[in-house]
Amino acid sequence: MDTIALLGQGFATSLLPLNIAIVLVGVTVGLFIGAMPGLGSVNGVAIVLPLTFIVPPASAIIFLAAIYYGAMYGGAVSSILLGIPGASTAVATTFDGRPMAQQGRAGEALIAAAIASFVGGTLSVILFTLFAMPLADVALAFGPAEEFALVLLAFTTFVGLGGDDVLKTIAMICLGLVLATVGLDLLSGQPRLIFFDMPGFYSGISFLVLAIGIYGIGEVLWTIETSKSAPSVTPARLTFRELGLGARRLFSSWRTMGFGSGLGFFVGMLPAAGATPASLMSYGMAKSASKEPESFGKGNVEGVIAPETANNAASTGSLLPMLTLGIPGSPTTALLLGGMVMWGLVPGPMLFIEQPEFVWGLISSLYTANAAAVLINLLLIPVFVWALRMPFTILCAMVLVLCLVGGYAPGQRMHDVWLIAGFGFAGYLLRKANYPLAPLVLALVLGPLMERSFRQQLIAEQGDVLSFFERPLATAFLAIALIFFLLPLIKYIRRRAPRVSPAE
Amino acid sequence: MVMLKAESLIALALMGLSIYFMVHATVLPITWVPGSGPGGGAFPFWLSFIMLGTASAIFIKSLLAEGTGLPFFDPETIKSVLLVAGSVVVTILLITFVGAYVAFALFLTWYLRFYGRHSWVLTGTLTASTLVFVFVFFEATLRILLPKGVTEPFFVAFIYPLAF
Repeated sequence: MDTIALLGQGFATSLLPLNIAIVLVGVTVGLFIGAMPGLGSVNGVAIVLPLTFIVPPASAIIFLAAIYYGAMYGGAVSSILLGIPGASTAVATTFDGRPMAQQGRAGEALIAAAIASFVGGTLSVILFTLFAMPLADVALAFGPAEEFALVLLAFTTFVGLGGDDVLKTIAMICLGLVLATVGLDLLSGQPRLIFFDMPGFYSGISFLVLAIGIYGIGEVLWTIETSKSAPSVTPARLTFRELGLGARRLFSSWRTMGFGSGLGFFVGMLPAAGATPASLMSYGMAKSASKEPESFGKGNVEGVIAPETANNAASTGSLLPMLTLGIPGSPTTALLLGGMVMWGLVPGPMLFIEQPEFVWGLISSLYTANAAAVLINLLLIPVFVWALRMPFTILCAMVLVLCLVGGYAPGQRMHDVWLIAGFGFAGYLLRKANYPLAPLVLALVLGPLMERSFRQQLIAEQGDVLSFFERPLATAFLAIALIFFLLPLIKYIRRRAPRVSPAE
Repeated sequence: MVMLKAESLIALALMGLSIYFMVHATVLPITWVPGSGPGGGAFPFWLSFIMLGTASAIFIKSLLAEGTGLPFFDPETIKSVLLVAGSVVVTILLITFVGAYVAFALFLTWYLRFYGRHSWVLTGTLTASTLVFVFVFFEATLRILLPKGVTEPFFVAFIYPLAF
């Protein structure tokens, strides 16, 4: 009851005309920033952070949260229309969103992304409202052993249930994990895998660089080849009838949306995890739970819904430890935390008591930001779909320029631009040889988390490997991971086993 | 080049890459450090080792499999792919020397006019609007300065005073 009363007070703040205008502007700006390849919510929040001093702290955080949400929605746009993830959080959306656009179903994919984002965002805000404090305690109890086991489970879902060549999947996971170790050793700080002594490798290989290379440059080369001498993208049609049909079809995906929202919210809460691993895990889980796993990667709408619900839910989830514990769950929430400190607020459990107007104003604004984001996004879909109708040679030229600029922008290093080209060419060849690229991308994202949690656990337990099995949650995750890992072998044995007829 | 031969070559390349990674990883301890678990080089070393194993298995599998005879590269389109890939490399090279804007202008002109065979008017309009958009969005709004190369003095003298 208290929660509802506090939320009501929050709405009194967030529904002030100034704050509604701030939400609308923030969501629109975020949508466009998120749609730009290589730029995500973290860039948007970082840029406008210094501007927030001109408004009260509650309005400032509402503005930043609206940009955060808008960018989460916008990331899907370029993933679907261009095949380039607008942000790292939308990489998994590319896997099926791009094939859908190529099949002339861009409108359906964009509607699915928008509605899934809305559902994920809204369900997670409801969870946030109801379970803020107890869930923060659960996240705090999640130690390195559980983190390691969860990441391992994510990889084994690709091996056991991915439907791709098992050897190639393992090779790609290992390649991604090795690339994730480039830079400085997490614990000792010593340089490792600094190829040709190039200084650019000291800061590691950015996940975005790999993603833009593979899904930008590689995609363009692939499309040029597969579309033969006159490359063209199938024009997308979008009518109100199709919009209605698409929206209705989404209701059959309620299970994926519900699961994606829950998973996304929880993974988002975990420090150092965030929306990108959440979306990739949700995609993997949706694929493994599907009756047609082989249709994933070929334009299955569930492959858009799963990551989009999860990444929006995770963006809300990552706000939770930031507000309640002062621990940011993602780079963007780290910036929000910095903003709060700049405004003279101290994040932590006391914030809920000392600054209820601020906290509940923010929470209630997440509801309005979600509603605004889905409306603005749906209104702009015809504009986005129109962009697909331009000749491929024009689109392709724009995509390549955006890839190079988008790859340069985050780190501002030419080293990254060369890496993008290298990954693009390598990704094109690997794709031609039927190597699955999603596990490679997943491994680069989760690699640092996996290594850090593994080594932290062993250091804490004086090198005792069995300590992973002393924690019930970690043991359960590891057991499921083992089953998934052995699944291809079990399937192989069952296929090879001689069938005995009942008559015998 | 037929599909299977290319698969074998890619598997061989992955094997070579794994060995290269393993050699690099040995700079830090790759063994178990008593009381604290694996050394700093252990993760990349042993993961590369697994990668070497799987790539070797893929290589052997591709040698044993019966080929379909299908070409790995489509002879009709490989020229286009190489042209575009080459133009990307040349553009990145040019960025360092003549700056992003001149490099992008040259790339877009080549791509739109000569590769895409669009009209000069469309090529000029799209090239100019793309460059203006990139400048306004990245430099003026986001304050992300792109490399200018030899064109830096021109930007300092004429463009920056207008934008900032």
